[in-house]
Amino acid sequence: MDVLDIARWQFAIITVYHFLFVPITIGVSAVVAGYETAWVRTANPAYLRLTKFFGRLFLINFAIGVVTGIVQEFQFGMNWSDYSRFVGDVFGAPLAIEGLLAFFLESTFIGLWIFGWEKLPKSLHAGCMWVVHVGTLLSAYFILSANSWMQHPVGYTIDATTGHARLTDFWAVMTNKMQLVTFPHTVTAAYMTGGAFVCGVAAFLLVRRSTPPQDRAVYRSAVRVGAWVMVVGGLGVAVSGDVQGKIMTDIQPMKMAAAEALYNTEQPASFSILTIGTLDGSKETFALKVPDLLSFLATGTFDGKVQGINQLRARYEARYGNRPGAPTSSAGDYVPLIPLTYWSFRLMIGLGVAAAAAGMLLLWLTRKGRTLDGSRFGVGRWRWVAVAIPLLPVFANSFGWIFTEVGRQPWVVFGLLTTQNAVSPGVSTGEALTSLIALTTVYAVLMVVELGLIVKYVRAGADPPPEPADHDDSADEDRPLAFAY
Amino acid sequence: MELSTVWFCLIAVLWIGYFVLEGFDFGVGILLHLLARGEAERRVLINTIGPVWDGNEVWLLVAGGATFAAFPAWYATLFSGFYLPLLVILLSLIVRGVAFEYRAKRDNPRWRSWWDFAILTGSLVPGVLWGMVFANIVAGVAIDASGDYVGSVADLVNPYALLGGLTTLLLFVTHGAFFLGLKTVGDIRLRARRLAMPVGVAAAVSAVAFLLWTQVKAGGAASLVVFVAAAAALVAGLAGGFVKREGVAFAGTFAAIGLAVTGLFVALFPDVMPSSLAATYSLTTANASASSYSLTVMTWVAVLFTPLVLLYEGWSYWVFRKRIGVQHIPRRKGAEDQRSVAGSGEVGQARHGVT
Repeated sequence: MDVLDIARWQFAIITVYHFLFVPITIGVSAVVAGYETAWVRTANPAYLRLTKFFGRLFLINFAIGVVTGIVQEFQFGMNWSDYSRFVGDVFGAPLAIEGLLAFFLESTFIGLWIFGWEKLPKSLHAGCMWVVHVGTLLSAYFILSANSWMQHPVGYTIDATTGHARLTDFWAVMTNKMQLVTFPHTVTAAYMTGGAFVCGVAAFLLVRRSTPPQDRAVYRSAVRVGAWVMVVGGLGVAVSGDVQGKIMTDIQPMKMAAAEALYNTEQPASFSILTIGTLDGSKETFALKVPDLLSFLATGTFDGKVQGINQLRARYEARYGNRPGAPTSSAGDYVPLIPLTYWSFRLMIGLGVAAAAAGMLLLWLTRKGRTLDGSRFGVGRWRWVAVAIPLLPVFANSFGWIFTEVGRQPWVVFGLLTTQNAVSPGVSTGEALTSLIALTTVYAVLMVVELGLIVKYVRAGADPPPEPADHDDSADEDRPLAFAY
Repeated sequence: MELSTVWFCLIAVLWIGYFVLEGFDFGVGILLHLLARGEAERRVLINTIGPVWDGNEVWLLVAGGATFAAFPAWYATLFSGFYLPLLVILLSLIVRGVAFEYRAKRDNPRWRSWWDFAILTGSLVPGVLWGMVFANIVAGVAIDASGDYVGSVADLVNPYALLGGLTTLLLFVTHGAFFLGLKTVGDIRLRARRLAMPVGVAAAVSAVAFLLWTQVKAGGAASLVVFVAAAAALVAGLAGGFVKREGVAFAGTFAAIGLAVTGLFVALFPDVMPSSLAATYSLTTANASASSYSLTVMTWVAVLFTPLVLLYEGWSYWVFRKRIGVQHIPRRKGAEDQRSVAGSGEVGQARHGVT
């Protein structure tokens, strides 16, 4: 392994890891804020219990998301210094603005929320969680606009003296057509994930035998709230994903061909649900295909032409040349790793559809006061379903990112800079390997610790309903902090 | 003033903000074992910085992001050059951040002592390494013609850098102790006051030596003025601590750290990362900066949003302005806490409400 391979593995591992927590943060912050607002408006203690219960789980998840985000910010400079030099003028601005607008907002208001329970008026306290949620959305917008620029560079010119990208139109970067569809796709997926988290956790507690009977109605309502968020979010994911597919076919046709392992141009093109054969496309032993569907996904018409990998490779070679080592051209092959793009694309869609279906199923099963008694299905099986529900969209997110990042290869910035020309020239293999091993080890330990805590606090369930406090104003100052560290 | 100079100043401000703010929460983390007796007191210490440490750390993230945007070449060289020290800092900040959130989540002494260790090392190690990193930046490191660091990690460990690391460590501990004097009640407050004085004197000696050395290495008339002001602020802070004026003491270390970092940036200017190999290889505000269009956009964003950030971050400090003591810590099942509660002289017995 050389520094390039190590740096790529590190980027893949720590980014996928970071993004396990991010969508849950985005989605669950909205649910918690919603519950707290409902409590403020109705004074129903069930909403307060759910606010605190999911708030606590949210914080356990949020902690890892925050600290792993620090590495994201700095690894561009550490492992990808030539990338940083090349893109800094364009890519740095959204990153810096993300910090100024979003990170300050999230960190300050989460502190106010955790420690402000007794100090702030109720509605202001609920407002703090809404501000955290807005912070997560702002963060998503700016970082996705940076990523969208890597997928589809706009609003720049290549500086004649330095050979680096130079920003010429900030607004174009912020309203990149790739960004305008990537943001809704990612955020609705995050809502879906947050909804699935709430739904799965509540379903687990709903079917559990030791749950007090009077609490079942509370958990049932949370199952339904989570399921609704999943279903509505899933609809948004599907619609935005459909638009995104067409834009992708337009700006990165190779990625669409790689998603389907479509080696030769077809018109109309069929969508492969499952193909077993050699992955260079030379031999096909079994294929399950939907006629014309790929044409529709890629172009919007059932008889549209979809370019194949072989034709595109020839086109890319003619356009970008084959000059190894030149700073803005590829060293050769323009085809990404087909097995990975093919399967990650399928898994993204399959897991996402399964999640939305699970949400609809749970809405049906809990209709009109039903509580998933599990008489026929069994409590034991229901518990595994409850655990699986949040994992479906979580892994769909991971595969989505793996697909879109691997599908862009060999480019790091599409058409401008290849990944191999982006790596830090001054970093040694030993340094890069140390970093990979140290971060992976720490992350693995944190995952075990985090899951252990999530399980503990899910099992504990929501706190019992608060007893009416004997209000003694003189003692308010000395009351213990509700959410203290 | 050129925009690249403006951004050099803004990045300096972000680093100053980072060191004066995270400086005290590093200090509190380092003092966790030294100052607190018993679990309840440790939780008091952690809860003094609980609502603010994350916001303090964002100053670092924004400093990094702003450097990326305004001086891509500086960002690229700095982070790839100081690779291993930065990796260690990142790992420290990771375990420290998780530790704050997780340590009270299980009622288990072994669990808590692991996280206490994470808070201690996660505060101590960056407290030393940041000083070493900045000393090396000011002194200049082996940067070649293409802007890459060609030295080794061992080159970064030199007497000047070690003195820099010792200085930031002692300053942060003093700063943290003064902060605790301002934010706690009872025995912890008294112990924090007592501990701050000898550490503060050591910090003053170390800081004066380090700033003098910096002045000789890289300083000019302007940096000399700032360094003298930093030393004066530190002495004023220590005097405040001596006469038990806690606000003055904290303001003193706050200003001293801020001015010392200001002085380092003044000494650095117009370079951003001087090369020890050849002056022509040095990264400067001119040759490392982003385009003027990019800087203009960023300037507008900064002008519009920085006041808002300062406003709500200031408000958050205002909301949590009260001192805290063991009575604010939710009671645990065990009776272990009772002893330390009984020890808090100034406020009398703690009350235990619903947790």
